[in-house]
Amino acid sequence: MDHGSLAGRIFRGVALALILVFFMFPIVWILLMSFQTNEQILRIPPRILFEPTLANYEALISGQLRTAAGNLEISFMHNLWNSFVLSSLAVVLALVLGVPAAYAFARYKFKLGETIAFTLLSFRFAPPLLVLLPLSLYYQELGLNDTYVGIVWVYQLIALPLILWIVRGYFEDISPDIEHAYRLAGHSWREAFTHIAVPLAGPGIAAAALLSFIFCWNNFVFALILASADKQPVTVGALAFVTASGIQYGQIAAAIVLSVMPTLLLALYAQRYLVEGLSLGAVKG
Amino acid sequence: MARLELKQVRKTFGGASSADGVSLTVEPGEIVAVFGPSGGGKTVLLRMIAGMFEPDEGDILVGGRSIVGAAPERRGVGMAFQNFALFPHMSARDNIASGLRAKTAKEAATRIDAISRLLKIEHVLGHLPRELSNGQKQRTALARALIGNPEVLLLDDPLRNVDAKLRYEMRLELPNLLRRGAASVLYVTQDYREAMAIADRIAVLMDGHVEQIAAPEEIYSRPASVAVARLFGDPSINLAEVTPCNEHGALVAAVAGAKVRLGANGGTATDRPCWLGVRPEDLALSRTASEDAIPARILAITPMHEKSVLLLRLADGTEWFVALPPDAPHGAADDAVFVRFLPEAALLFDRATGLRVGLPHHRQAA
Repeated sequence: MDHGSLAGRIFRGVALALILVFFMFPIVWILLMSFQTNEQILRIPPRILFEPTLANYEALISGQLRTAAGNLEISFMHNLWNSFVLSSLAVVLALVLGVPAAYAFARYKFKLGETIAFTLLSFRFAPPLLVLLPLSLYYQELGLNDTYVGIVWVYQLIALPLILWIVRGYFEDISPDIEHAYRLAGHSWREAFTHIAVPLAGPGIAAAALLSFIFCWNNFVFALILASADKQPVTVGALAFVTASGIQYGQIAAAIVLSVMPTLLLALYAQRYLVEGLSLGAVKG
Repeated sequence: MARLELKQVRKTFGGASSADGVSLTVEPGEIVAVFGPSGGGKTVLLRMIAGMFEPDEGDILVGGRSIVGAAPERRGVGMAFQNFALFPHMSARDNIASGLRAKTAKEAATRIDAISRLLKIEHVLGHLPRELSNGQKQRTALARALIGNPEVLLLDDPLRNVDAKLRYEMRLELPNLLRRGAASVLYVTQDYREAMAIADRIAVLMDGHVEQIAAPEEIYSRPASVAVARLFGDPSINLAEVTPCNEHGALVAAVAGAKVRLGANGGTATDRPCWLGVRPEDLALSRTASEDAIPARILAITPMHEKSVLLLRLADGTEWFVALPPDAPHGAADDAVFVRFLPEAALLFDRATGLRVGLPHHRQAA
């Protein structure tokens, strides 16, 4: 294709714009909705031009939801905080457990090794609802229902297999000779792991951590069953906007914008490392 | 310093034997090249000494102490890898410094400066490995292996990935450099010239065993077997099937219709099917026929500056190489010529065992 010709450039511009509109429209529409009242949103036909209002954000942040049926207490900000705490703790725990395990699976052949690795992956295949019923019974028995510990634990079903399998691939890409060289230079295997293997797999570990953070953040069903209002993450908390007097579209839109923000910022910040991680294998020599 | 000893080391991988009873000794300050065809078990041997694999049987000793089962960091072994294996996230200086433990910063800096000056990399110490040329990478890896003054130094084809000019330079420099530390050096290479240039002795490793271990000249002039003879020399040794017989007290053999005289060392070869081996540079060409000259025809001539290589077809169809000094008159392609060689230049190998006739029948001259 001729990049220089005028027709070519116009075509490219139009094509890019169309693709952008197609993919960005839902997000932009939600952003616009978050600045409108419920009445403005439900107007037919919808209007692009409107008088923006911050009432939705105000309601979320102050925790007072005004509906036709009266004032409603919501704990959206607390839910957001719960999401943050639960996802972060789950990822940290999964890193502590998963990175050494991934290294073991990548470097050593041991009895039932592949079977164990695959079993861990198979947690991702099981429908969560099927697991949840027996799990909630056990949790009640153990007193883990409605605790941070319980939810972080169950989030390992999401985060651990992801980290294990992604990071394992990165460890396998590191030439074992590099670690051998470090050990021959007089260092123990533990030092080789912390000084050589982990830094070299760093971008991969970051990518896996980010992905599992997003998956944990977006989880709905585990927290729905195992947590009460006090420990609920934002995904479950959003149910509060379905009220007796109707669905609060404006607040829902504002809640979506606020809850997407942390992962979006994290992804934008980590993008550099992610790209570096993805191209690591391509620059051998 | 300490001597390195391998005693009947065996290692098999999934039924395939990589080391089948390897024994060899490297004295302190000695450089032994391990040379052989790829798949001969050279790298596996180094890795067993370095502790990446353990031998199935046999023992490896450094200074009389067995190191089998010891952790790699406790073996007193330094190694330079063929792929350099530099730490990509550390500068050249940190790469080299990783070989120094429990040294004060000042002492470490002095040692690093000294070794990098020796290896001419002092100007790139601050660079990351990806900013170094292949030659600089190779020198950095070498510096890292040398700086800890290991008792045993293993070099796994360190010149494989560097350009021809540097390879030539390093062939000249390496022996001096390696002898400074008085370590026992095991040097793996796939290039027989490199082995001959660098090593005090060469161990020829084939199919997991040491076919011959001897000084370079010895291996070249008196190879233990026809397989060893084939590995050394460019162009490679000329072979012909012969059955020598005794005629008036001298050993003779028929080659392509000519009756050539063979050296006296092959006395036991009489009436046995043998390979006759003659090095291309031991052959002489002439235009005059005689009973002991092999008639041949020149197929092609390759001038190689320091010598001319001619491909001949003998009267019986066998193809032989001749290497002549460049200024020697050698005619043109398709010329008919006659080939002669001195009886002492003839090597005889038993055709059944491949071993050189006149050698004892065990495979290693220990």
